[in-house]
Amino acid sequence: MPSVEILSRIQFAFTIAFHYIYPPLSIGLGVCLVIMEGMYLRTGNKMYEDITRFWIKIFALIFGIGVATGIVMEFEFGTNWATYSRYVGDVFGSALAAEGIFAFALESGFLGILIFGWNRVGKGVHFFSTIMVALGSIFSAIWIVVANSWQQTPTGYVIEGEGLEARAIITDFWEMVFNPSSVDRLSHVLIGAFLAGSFLVMSVAAWYIVKDRFVTPAKAMFKIGLTVAAISALAQLFTGHRSAEYVSEYQPAKLAAMEGHFDSSGVADMYIVGWVDKQSGHTAGIRIPGGLSFLTHGSFSAPVTGLKAFPENERPGAVNFVFQTYHLMVAIGVTLIGLTLLALYLLWKKKLFNRKWLMTIFVWAVLLPQIANQAGWYAAEVGRQPWVVYGLLRTSDALSKDVKANQVIFSLVLFTLVYTLLFILFLYLLNKKIQHGPAMTLNEEEESDEFSKRNIKQLQAPEHP
Amino acid sequence: METILGLDLPTLWFLVIGGLITGYGVLDGFDLGAGSLHLFFNKEESRRIALNAIGPVWDGNEVWLVIAGGALFAGFPLVYGTILSTFYIPFMLFLVALIFRAISIEFRSKEPMAWWRKMWDISYMASSTLITLLLGLILGNLIQGIPIDATHAFTGDLFTFFNPYAVLIAFTTLSLFMLHGAIYLVMKTENRLYAKLTVLVNNCSKFFILCFILSSMSTLIYIPHMSEEFKQNPWLFALPLLAVLTVLNIKRNIDARKYFTAFVFSSCITAILLILFAIGLYPNIVISTLDPAFSISIYDAASSPKSLRIMLLMAAIGTPLVISYTIFVFWTFRGKVKLNEMSY
Repeated sequence: MPSVEILSRIQFAFTIAFHYIYPPLSIGLGVCLVIMEGMYLRTGNKMYEDITRFWIKIFALIFGIGVATGIVMEFEFGTNWATYSRYVGDVFGSALAAEGIFAFALESGFLGILIFGWNRVGKGVHFFSTIMVALGSIFSAIWIVVANSWQQTPTGYVIEGEGLEARAIITDFWEMVFNPSSVDRLSHVLIGAFLAGSFLVMSVAAWYIVKDRFVTPAKAMFKIGLTVAAISALAQLFTGHRSAEYVSEYQPAKLAAMEGHFDSSGVADMYIVGWVDKQSGHTAGIRIPGGLSFLTHGSFSAPVTGLKAFPENERPGAVNFVFQTYHLMVAIGVTLIGLTLLALYLLWKKKLFNRKWLMTIFVWAVLLPQIANQAGWYAAEVGRQPWVVYGLLRTSDALSKDVKANQVIFSLVLFTLVYTLLFILFLYLLNKKIQHGPAMTLNEEEESDEFSKRNIKQLQAPEHP
Repeated sequence: METILGLDLPTLWFLVIGGLITGYGVLDGFDLGAGSLHLFFNKEESRRIALNAIGPVWDGNEVWLVIAGGALFAGFPLVYGTILSTFYIPFMLFLVALIFRAISIEFRSKEPMAWWRKMWDISYMASSTLITLLLGLILGNLIQGIPIDATHAFTGDLFTFFNPYAVLIAFTTLSLFMLHGAIYLVMKTENRLYAKLTVLVNNCSKFFILCFILSSMSTLIYIPHMSEEFKQNPWLFALPLLAVLTVLNIKRNIDARKYFTAFVFSSCITAILLILFAIGLYPNIVISTLDPAFSISIYDAASSPKSLRIMLLMAAIGTPLVISYTIFVFWTFRGKVKLNEMSY
């Protein structure tokens, strides 16, 4: 039977990866919703109200699953990682408590008004609720990433007690909050979320354009999504670079794994693509010689600490996995910049929406930020191993001592079944909402007759109550 | 030890967590109870009204669970790890039930097919009931104490939890939430559904009073450590007396059809029962049935004074905010439920 450690790790990885499909979408969509509803209030154009309402329905679906799968994460700290909970509770707990009371309560409280409040409150109050929900989801990310960053680069604490009784005690709250990696990682995570949300908006809009349905609102949606996405994709280059810098300074073993650099102290290359053979300590692929040396020290010939400089039990085991996930993320990041810049250029030339092939690419491009977000987190978390709190607490020591393997197998099977069902239902309902499209209020005179007819057809087939 | 208002920091944090759990019981209690009653409504429109009565608020109510969990994690990390890993399987089922409940509410009305809606109605009722029963079961076991050894490791198995007392507490919790939910629904409905609910609320109150009497008696007879504190401070007996008066007031107001007042009293009884539990526990938070020396007190488990001070400050700032927008949301959706195009 597999060990409790590996089972608990698989369960945590599975449940967090599944959960993480949703929060980035909520955060990114939240920003897009604020822009859409803001446009409605500013222009008074009913079309913006229609698309806001349409996206709120999709937001509600995504948010609901995000909450349900998020509670699982909080509880798993205690159920599977009791020693970890006791070790970090004093420090980590205050960030988690802040998340609950300042962020989660805000978004869930105002969500009711966002979804059900259209006819109950005035436009201004509704817009305010939309902003609160969007802000709440961003605040959530802040506290969760702060807590996770503390695990990467712990500061503002002392260790009290020894052996099994040891635990981290907070000494300086703001030093804990602004630990060396939190600002860089937080900006990287948030912008990754903006990309996820804005690419979803563009994907749906592009699909309508390809199918020649709801073309006017689809173009409006696409422009909003593209604006958010283009700014985010460029900014991500900067935050990504900053994140790599903190890794090189504080987690050299992770950095070495990310580029498959083994030499304990030699010039380090940067790979475009590659493959790591852990046994021989060799990495093959297309590379920029001395690239990593340049990135970390500004010189192509500067030595960089490699994996062999660390004892076997103090460096990540899955080197190739960290290498591949990291490079996948970077490759997608670059692709997103190219895609959004191309789209902006064509939009400026007024040719964007005629390019069906590009629209088709955007329909599918929604997967790219999702994959990059997942891959980035895998690189960050697997690269931190064998530590759960870097340099302080090993993952293997962090378990619940009295939980048995068969209990974890039971819950793992349960989550696998439930999440599979949940994902199928999510895709089914998402597809249905997209097929149905925004409700159209025929108020634009410039619409062609043909298009109006289609709108009337849409109106005659309302969504089931 | 540092004190604020004459109370030391771990005690204050114990009170904060108690307050959060009470908030959760009062708020999510009524929507869980409404879920347990769901299949008593036969007509499609009645079910939709019942669902939309909790629609805008259930998610906000559930937040209190998240905050209470976070507060326990932050304030008493040892207890958080011990309780959650001890009740591993019950909590896993609880989490799965929470997921099913969320998607039942969310997905039910998205398709018109009768089988689809029936499936989610059953899932909604079953998950709401399972959540309540599991909460009650865990509570019942915590009242009695659990077999944990000197290293705080649980020495029992899954069957340890299914003892008669804990099962009784589970059903008492169910009866309380059903009553609380029925009173809430009766306030939110009109016409025939209202008439049906007035009958239902009566039956719920009888079910609850029966459970209340049984569990009070059992606690007095079988759980001596719960009444120890009361014997030492006889004035505390005012509380059980208050509980009885509150229960009688629920009944009286239901009979008089003053449902809002009844709802206030059914909220109060949730709070009073939890206060009785807290007094019985204090200063312990997990009682070991193996040896009293293995019990975990708030002082064994508390985070550092600095950490507790930071979090008390957060609670002092955050609680008024949370309460004010909770009130704002409930005020926005006040009155009887009307279905519209944005409804479930």
